[in-house]
Amino acid sequence: MATLAPPAPAAHSPAPPSAGSLDLFVTEAQAGRRRLDLHVPGIHCAGCIRKVEGAVRALPGITHARVNFTTRRLSAEWEPEKLSAPDIVQAVETIGFEARPFAASDAAAGAPDPASRRLLKSMAVAGFAAMNIMLLSVSVWSGADGATRDLFHLISAGIALPTVAYAGQPFFASAWGALKHGRTNMDVPISIGVLLATAMSLYETFNSGPHAYFDGVTTLLFFLLIGRYLDSLMRDRARAGVATLLKQSARGALVRAPDGGTEYRPIEAVAPGMTILVAAGERVPVDGTVLEGASAIDRSLVTGESLPEPVAPGGELLAGTLNLDAPIAMKASRVGEQSFLAEVVRLMETAEQGRARYTRIADRAARFYAPAVHLTALVAAIGWLLAGAGWHQSIIIAIAVLIITCPCALGLAVPAVQVRAASVLMKRGLLVKDGSALERLAACDTAVFDKTGTLTLGRPVPAGQLPLGRGDLALAAGLAARSHHPLSRALIAAARAEGVTPTAIAEVRELPGLGLEADWAGERLRLGRLDWAGAEAGEGAESLAAADQLELAFRRGDAPPVRIPFTDPLRPDARAALDRLRAAGLEVRILSGDREEAVAAAARSLGVEHYSARQTPQGKLAAIDALAAEGRKLLVVGDGLNDAPMLAAGHASIAPASASDAGQTAADILFLSDSLMAVPQALETARRADRQIRQNLATAIVYNVFAVPIAVAGFVTPLIAAIAMSLSSIIVVGNALRLKAPE
Amino acid sequence: MNNLFILLPVALMLGLGGLAAFLWSVRSGQYDDLDGAAHRILTDEEDGPE
Repeated sequence: MATLAPPAPAAHSPAPPSAGSLDLFVTEAQAGRRRLDLHVPGIHCAGCIRKVEGAVRALPGITHARVNFTTRRLSAEWEPEKLSAPDIVQAVETIGFEARPFAASDAAAGAPDPASRRLLKSMAVAGFAAMNIMLLSVSVWSGADGATRDLFHLISAGIALPTVAYAGQPFFASAWGALKHGRTNMDVPISIGVLLATAMSLYETFNSGPHAYFDGVTTLLFFLLIGRYLDSLMRDRARAGVATLLKQSARGALVRAPDGGTEYRPIEAVAPGMTILVAAGERVPVDGTVLEGASAIDRSLVTGESLPEPVAPGGELLAGTLNLDAPIAMKASRVGEQSFLAEVVRLMETAEQGRARYTRIADRAARFYAPAVHLTALVAAIGWLLAGAGWHQSIIIAIAVLIITCPCALGLAVPAVQVRAASVLMKRGLLVKDGSALERLAACDTAVFDKTGTLTLGRPVPAGQLPLGRGDLALAAGLAARSHHPLSRALIAAARAEGVTPTAIAEVRELPGLGLEADWAGERLRLGRLDWAGAEAGEGAESLAAADQLELAFRRGDAPPVRIPFTDPLRPDARAALDRLRAAGLEVRILSGDREEAVAAAARSLGVEHYSARQTPQGKLAAIDALAAEGRKLLVVGDGLNDAPMLAAGHASIAPASASDAGQTAADILFLSDSLMAVPQALETARRADRQIRQNLATAIVYNVFAVPIAVAGFVTPLIAAIAMSLSSIIVVGNALRLKAPE
Repeated sequence: MNNLFILLPVALMLGLGGLAAFLWSVRSGQYDDLDGAAHRILTDEEDGPE
């Protein structure tokens, strides 16, 4: 008989994947060794690091085991003859830590990526150059002249030229990219300023001139690279966090061969027509139809329907839906390009184009700033020329204008605030994917929510008080401990919350599609379907939320069965969170794929006036486009696969950590807590950050109002330029640090 | 003036040495796990980077 793999991760707390799926995560390391990266979220102290590393290193054949505390990851390498991947997971789990594997490519993406490292190195080179040249410049400013000054300028040039060539590349590349497409951004004036200042300083050096701006050029690059590095670091951290959430589910399917044997295959190797086994509690890996078995399917993460749907042979299955009751065999029908997922991804790609057109604040400022600065420099040169100052002096003054107005403070003004805002939000469990997300979020005036999994928790919890005494609850939870059914897990969690430890029961029989059964102290215990446990399915159905009729029944011996109703409740503070959004001036709407009654009930208890139910992904996208066409800026909050296109289409989007992979990819911000308060917190922080960015830009403009006349008048020496640039940068960074955490 | 010809190269060499050390530390992954390093000093066992 074919054995079924243990269940794949459920939406909220993933179970460890099967041995077969684990092999998909193992990669080749040097000298024939194997490598596996595990996410171990439970690591939180020095003792944990030692315990985990110790347990793994104690295994035979392990050549390397090291915990990265920042990303909560363990990477292990071993010799394949002596050990296999499940042993390592086992070793970590034996000492009480949860361990989930990572796909190799994601593990690589989680490490600081080459772009960040490159920026860090550029920053170090620019810092070294700036400090050493400044040392020489101080001597020049304090009176070195003649041969000494020329020598110092020459040495400065020797340090500055390679530095500009190396550390200036990120700016030159970005500026060139913008110019090639006929646009301009902040990097255009930066690049022009840096290149002209370097050229002029070289000319001065070789003509024994008094002023060289090498110190200004390198200091400018150093400050700007700090801003760039911070920006990149923020994106890396968020990406590592997202990668940790994604890919926890194994991308594989248990395929049954015609001879009856089974094999665990990656999704890419599944062809239409293959027979796939799906255990109870596992997610359906590909689209298809049921061949054998009957079960109930939870489609909430895919279509937003909160009610499980019964399926029988011939019934349709969508990839990503959760098989609840019994193991089934299915025939893969649509894979790859034809699947429902691929269709959603296509919709997402079209929807994303709107967001790609968004221009960031700094670049919008540059659109006015760059022409103004270049015009001023030109006017200064022409003016001095007409006044009879001669070519040399006129050009020097024009370049001095460019240097003094070079947007050093502007380059820092935006990233400094956004990095501060993102780290403040990260402490509250919100991952911000990039800085532009905060800018877009601050501009939103309408919030569109999905219902299932977003306004609600997306997982069942007992409705009301548990109708069981402590003794019975311990027994029921003891039975439930053997099952991966979402209701069983919910029951155990509820028991634990009441301080009840599940009784250890030796022999529990799992009857597919019916429930769990055991003999305990002479009595027969049953936990499962209502009719099977002896309860009448019809009675009192109207009493408890008939709309969300998820129920279990528990029976002990001959005592009458007890019905335990479950419901997918609204998040604990959904109402308060929506009220706070409304207080912030947003109009709140609901777009859901669920039934009319369920959506109407949720809308009523949340005080939402505009809602619409039974929406397909296409319908949601159309509704979003219609609202956007009215000129609204939409904040979209959703989780399901069906929400992914609308998340991508929204002006800004937020998703809970329990969202589908596609939803997490499409969203700008993810929140890890159960509380919906994360949404108003993100909004308020984004608005505060927006205000400070504007303050910083205003500071930069005020600085220019004072600095430009001095430069035009021809009074700017390298000393004044150095002081002015540093001062404005310090003011801007200091202002960014004022940003406080949301309440 | 003459002592400058000794002092300047010395100063530059020292600076370059610092830069090289920093670049090496970035490349050898010492900035990959800053929080972990803070915790590792609390454990007694021998624990050199591998």
